[in-house]
Amino acid sequence: MTRLGSLFGAAALMLGAAITPLMAKTPPGVLVVAKNIDDIVSLDPGQAYEFTGGEVVSQIYERLVEYNPAKIDELKPGLASGWKISDDGKSIVFTLRDGAKFASGNPVRPEDVVFSFRRVIVLNKPPSFILKQFGWTPENVEQMVRKTGANEVTITVAGNFAPSFVLNALGARVGSVVDAETAMKNAKDGDLGNAWLSRNSAGSNSYRLQTWRPNETVVLVANPNAQHKAKTPQVVFAHVSEAATQRLMIEAGDADIVRNLGPDQIAAVTGKPGIVVETYPQAAVHFISLNVKHEKLNKPALWEAMRYMIDYDGMANTLFKGQMKVHQTFWPVGFPGAVEDRPFKLDIEKAKGILEKAGIKDLSIAIDMISSSPFTEIGQSIQATFGQAGVKVTLVPGATTQVITRYRARQQEGAILYWGPDFMDPHSNAKAFAYNTDNSDASYQSTTTWRNSWMPPAAVSAKTMAALVERDPAKRLDMYRELQREILHNSPWAMTFQAQAQVALRDNVKGFVHGATNDLIVYRDVEKK
Amino acid sequence: MSSLARVLPVLLSTAFGLVSTLAGLLLVTFVIGRVMPIDPVVAVVGDKASAQTYAAAREQLGLDQPLYVQFGRYIAGVARGDLGTSTVSNRPVAEDIARVFPATIELATLGILIGVAFGVPLGVYAAHRLNQWPDHLIRFLALFGFSTPVFWLGLLGLLVFYSWLGWIGGPGRIGIAYRFTVPPRTGFMLVDTLLAGRPDAFRNALSHIVLPATLIGYYAMAYIARMTRGFMIEELSKEYVTTARIKGASEARVMWLHAFPNILVPLITVIALSYGLLLEGTVLIETVFSWPGLGLYITNGLFTADMPAVLGGTLVVGLIFVILNKASEISYAFLDPRTTR
Amino acid sequence: MSAPASPAVAPAALSPAPASRREARIALARQRLRRIVANPSSLIGLVIVVTFVLVAIFAPLLATHEPNAQDFAVRLSPPSAAHWLGTDQFGRDVYSRLVYGARPTLLIVLMVVLLSAPFGFVLGLVAGYAGGLLEAVLMRITDIVMAFPRLVLALALVAVLKPGLINAVIAIAVTAWPPYARLARAEALALRHADFVEAARGLGMGARGIVFGQIMPLCMSSVSIRATLDMAGIILTAAGLGFLGLGAQPPLAEWGAMIAQGRDQVFDAWWVAAAPGIAIVVVSLGFNLLGDGLRDVLDPKHHG
Repeated sequence: MTRLGSLFGAAALMLGAAITPLMAKTPPGVLVVAKNIDDIVSLDPGQAYEFTGGEVVSQIYERLVEYNPAKIDELKPGLASGWKISDDGKSIVFTLRDGAKFASGNPVRPEDVVFSFRRVIVLNKPPSFILKQFGWTPENVEQMVRKTGANEVTITVAGNFAPSFVLNALGARVGSVVDAETAMKNAKDGDLGNAWLSRNSAGSNSYRLQTWRPNETVVLVANPNAQHKAKTPQVVFAHVSEAATQRLMIEAGDADIVRNLGPDQIAAVTGKPGIVVETYPQAAVHFISLNVKHEKLNKPALWEAMRYMIDYDGMANTLFKGQMKVHQTFWPVGFPGAVEDRPFKLDIEKAKGILEKAGIKDLSIAIDMISSSPFTEIGQSIQATFGQAGVKVTLVPGATTQVITRYRARQQEGAILYWGPDFMDPHSNAKAFAYNTDNSDASYQSTTTWRNSWMPPAAVSAKTMAALVERDPAKRLDMYRELQREILHNSPWAMTFQAQAQVALRDNVKGFVHGATNDLIVYRDVEKK
Repeated sequence: MSSLARVLPVLLSTAFGLVSTLAGLLLVTFVIGRVMPIDPVVAVVGDKASAQTYAAAREQLGLDQPLYVQFGRYIAGVARGDLGTSTVSNRPVAEDIARVFPATIELATLGILIGVAFGVPLGVYAAHRLNQWPDHLIRFLALFGFSTPVFWLGLLGLLVFYSWLGWIGGPGRIGIAYRFTVPPRTGFMLVDTLLAGRPDAFRNALSHIVLPATLIGYYAMAYIARMTRGFMIEELSKEYVTTARIKGASEARVMWLHAFPNILVPLITVIALSYGLLLEGTVLIETVFSWPGLGLYITNGLFTADMPAVLGGTLVVGLIFVILNKASEISYAFLDPRTTR
Repeated sequence: MSAPASPAVAPAALSPAPASRREARIALARQRLRRIVANPSSLIGLVIVVTFVLVAIFAPLLATHEPNAQDFAVRLSPPSAAHWLGTDQFGRDVYSRLVYGARPTLLIVLMVVLLSAPFGFVLGLVAGYAGGLLEAVLMRITDIVMAFPRLVLALALVAVLKPGLINAVIAIAVTAWPPYARLARAEALALRHADFVEAARGLGMGARGIVFGQIMPLCMSSVSIRATLDMAGIILTAAGLGFLGLGAQPPLAEWGAMIAQGRDQVFDAWWVAAAPGIAIVVVSLGFNLLGDGLRDVLDPKHHG
């Protein structure tokens, strides 16, 4: 079936190519997106956990509730047309949208929602922790997620959570609703269709997956049964890892959208005829952390001095021009509750003074970094500025998994990393940066605090948990603001930047929407005019 | 003395050499894979997995077994064509390699054709004009080839011929507009475009392969020209050549009809060896040209710490390298009457 | 290299007194040097190599800027009077980095040769002289390593050892020794029954003395040719590792890594990648020319 589809697509493309024989132009009806897609591991919404995978999955599957990509604090109906929160806040009744259909033609039923959530818990893949926070287990999930009416699903959480937190988590990509019949028809060895769904699709959103060839291409075609019909029938993601190549492609018109240009390529294409450059703030925040397990680094004076040894503005205005904004708190700007304070800037003399007063000298730090942009640039810049303040930095580059392996095991001294929230709720970051109640080696946590062997003051950890259950939304956000300010001044890391995505598009491409995360990139309204 | 009796010992020792070399290669790749400072489990389950998920995955990967058991499993796996599962694409490495390898073969084959087409005549000519300016020029060309980083030449080539002059297609095997229109049949882009009856696509593919193939062809040429020259000089110093010259054979006749056939055996060996070297050399050139072949697969694996991919790729390159080596030894034994050892 | 284990007993046939022997050596060296200098291409090679070594030694005097000093304000500026070869993406002076980059390159070349040549050489000598099972085993190992794809294996090795200058040296050296072993074995085989060796044996000299005192000195010239020619290859391999980010680490200026850093900007700021590439070409060419010349001078057995 897919083979036939791809032949058909190929024929359509061939026709397009025949009409425009020599001019390097993308065929009409096909949107060509040049992008590095080597991070895709699986396109199963219960498993996809990487940037590109998340982006693709979001075009294919709908969730009960969805964000407005343009206004991140607005949750709007997705597959659910409405919902009601119980008085105790522990259960929510969702009403499914009338007439919703999967690409297969099957109607979307409460059973599909129950299946999808149960599937996430049973498969137990990396993103499953988002739903497991509700206290769901393979044993109890069928009681916690139930069909309670012809068109109704009721979900129950074990524990006290702010309802906004629950809805935010369900709005994450792991809350995607899968066509149960199609998935089970292709299930093998009790995998609930995992192997098949890794390379095929069974969703109700505007596109369905036609082809995925690793490190080569992903092809999406319009889903005729979708509520929001796609305006462009086909979206082709072409794997191009080189930024310099992407630049030449957008100039030549070989691609409609290129996604991985660096600041220098962006500067080169800006103002060129036929090309438009757009900038979108992202949710990812960058930081430089010290592992306080090492006694030489367990010094608040050093942490304070470090914040003055980073050339925030130099990097943001030149090296990363347009792609990083100086940001020094743990929750990104543009999200409700973010604090925009940025009290620190490069001040070598001040840093030296702090270090001297604390009697810190002859310090050398080995800092782990992922050996790709922007980490290598940040590394080389802080290596120079730390050096001016008398702190010797040795950079330890490695592949992402290499760096993470050491970070997980708390073996690093310092690290240059970034953090993207797993779901659009401040708790996602507060737990990572402002909570740790068990610092022992045995109690592994994926939080930034634990991985840097740091225990925030007990009151801070307590406040993080109190905010999680606070039911007054305004008060809840205030608590997160307080947490950000506490951590800003007292933590063994320096937050540096908030990322900004820069995308170059051909000027005939209209309607591209790029929200703050890859989940919030929307292709269905894109048109080539 | 029958020729088989003469050749058999060589054959046996070569077979033994092949097996022991392969075993050595397997041991090396296995050891590298085990001492890797990357947690393969993290690569599978991701950064934020819970402790239980982690433990389950570790067991599934067989990493809780003793080393010799793991080595045994590794060899058995390789023998079945199982090179492990890529931690990035989540697919069998063997399957991945089967997909990317034609791209490398296509590039290396075109490269060796260019290398032979230019290297052999140049080498012969240099021997003919020994110690005169053509000889010096050819020698310098060869030395220049031995002295230039191929990735740098590739980068400059892209800059000049693609960005400045626009004469060639850029990185990749074929333009994006064509990329999804040619059904992959053989995996060789030049062949597939022709099979699909698409001369425009063929031209486009050709414009992409011409620069990388010429570059690696240049390196092959440098090596082949130098070796050809050496063989010819040795051959030309022999008595029968002098005799032929005295008999009044033309110089071209002496070179090509008398001397040249006699250097074919060592020359074929050299070509086989340089083919192996080219396969290896494509690692860097593929990175520069975003050529989706085995070399790029290996370097991508390095950057994503995908050790099964890196080691699988290393093993395959090593296998071909070793087999080409040994095959040339065997053909040498059969074809060259002077072989005694 | 390893000193003779027993006092060198010179072969009877050519046994001048020690004093005149030194003189003879000096005379021979002088004569060889003259022959190298007489050949234009090897002279060019010699000049390049000597210049390269001098640049490495006197880098601080030749550089116009501190090689790691960053200045974002002037990043990616084209060649000018202030920056002879322009600046890179951190605003560092490319010329000064190029000059300092001679140091890691020289270091890598020397260390690889010093690690691999003596090892392979001794192994080959022992195998060739001893013969029998020992020879078979040692040469089997040599053949196995010889058949490995060197660059790919070096990549995999560095990935394990973690990227860095020293680890790049180790990864290259691990696969660089077999040619020396083969060479030394071939020479030892040829010399093992030579008259003067038989004579020394007759005089009651031990195997160790014969191998290191008699045979080794005679193999030195072919080994030094091989090593010189090898150096160009080592420079290229090291640059390849640096290009892939597996060699010398920032902020150290290393030519291969400098090319890699200029790669993303090659279409806009070509000088960042062009300059270190030219440096690599020139220096490798120097070693190749010199090696070729040495072979002509030192190795009379070599044809053409």
